[in-house]
Amino acid sequence: MAKIKYIEHSGKQHEIDVANGLSVMEGAVQNDIPGIDADCGGGMACATCHVYVKEDWFNKLPQKAEGEDDMLDQAYEPSPSSRLSCQIIVSDELNGLVVHLPEKQV
Amino acid sequence: MIDTDVLIVGAGPTGLFCAHQLGIIGLKCEIVDNLDKLGGQCIELYPDKPIYDIPAIPECTGEELTNNLIEQIKPFNFKSHLSDRVQEIKNENERWIVKTSKGKEFLTTSIIIAGGVGSFEPRKFPTKNCEKFEGKSVLYSIKDKTIFKDKSVVIFGGGDSALDWAIELSKTSKVTLVHRRDEFRGAPASVEKIKELQKEKKIEVLTKFSIKDVKGNETLESVEIKGDDGEIKSIKADYILGFFGLIMQLGPILEWGLNIDKKLIPVNTENFETNKKRIFAIGDICFYPGKLKLILSGFHEGALAARGCFKYSRPNEKYKLEFTTTSKSVKDRLGIKE
Repeated sequence: MAKIKYIEHSGKQHEIDVANGLSVMEGAVQNDIPGIDADCGGGMACATCHVYVKEDWFNKLPQKAEGEDDMLDQAYEPSPSSRLSCQIIVSDELNGLVVHLPEKQV
Repeated sequence: MIDTDVLIVGAGPTGLFCAHQLGIIGLKCEIVDNLDKLGGQCIELYPDKPIYDIPAIPECTGEELTNNLIEQIKPFNFKSHLSDRVQEIKNENERWIVKTSKGKEFLTTSIIIAGGVGSFEPRKFPTKNCEKFEGKSVLYSIKDKTIFKDKSVVIFGGGDSALDWAIELSKTSKVTLVHRRDEFRGAPASVEKIKELQKEKKIEVLTKFSIKDVKGNETLESVEIKGDDGEIKSIKADYILGFFGLIMQLGPILEWGLNIDKKLIPVNTENFETNKKRIFAIGDICFYPGKLKLILSGFHEGALAARGCFKYSRPNEKYKLEFTTTSKSVKDRLGIKE
């Protein structure tokens, strides 16, 4: 289990306990956090679960999946700190992770 | 006006198999899809990716699945209307009049929405100022390439569309290709060709840059881009082109008076009808307790929705389950001669 902080573009924060094995995307969707659409349901076939992860955490996360950057090219305002939250799998090591949600997904 | 029993909105695997089920029980249908080909997400997002959870098919790609479904519904000769989108519906004497964006009209007893997550549309620039030039000098697709002759064109994107057009337009225009990272996801041969053109100074390539703003009053004059390191450049531009792939939008369906919850349409699990009589929803777009967003669930939902449509199209007939192995009338509909 890890405590994950989702910060909406407006600055509104949500701190959620997410079970190990779920993705950061699923943690948001299952807890009705606005700002993550996840249109394709986690298949890395869209770019609507896009989040920004600041440097301190970015480098601690497991590496991007193959093809993740290709999908991120199609995200709304991607930056070097962009990730697809469906590709970040929660584990104890991620306790305290902070992700920032973009202004919009589509 | 095209008269039919059922109008299927969306030609993904769920919509295609639903057409098969309608054919089996003897109903007519027409299929509308915004893409220029059948197959929906399977063909647009992952034509080459293997799928492993289609019952009795250990492995197939999105394209193979689509081709097999097309083959399976061939006997029924259903008509599909591609590159078109359903726009508005009107209830008339217990039937629906449906208009599309291209102006086609259908008179149908039932509508089955198999629209996945919505219709595919190009992703646009996030920059607000781009809107006033959209369709004139800010473009997301190309209809007539001759307009770019001897002009300055700035192309954004790293996929095949961006690379192919950069290569093509470099023959007659001054082309700058801008991409947000060093790597391009386009075909390796195109990436090579771009590098070659860059070396020959026939094209300028700027990576780790993205759009910041566009400038110009009546006509577009320049585009400002911002680098990952904060550097800002201004490039003179007559046209800017964005190729960021497609996003899915529900579009006009939102205006039909259907209950919609988080972009999904709640249905009952008996026949997948929505809150509106004679409008059904199946596949990724529908929601009910226990819903799984899997292709196999879409097949099941389509089979039941087809029977739901039967009741409306043939109110005086009792639906009787017939097996393809034994039923003479089903075999006739499939065109099988014994």
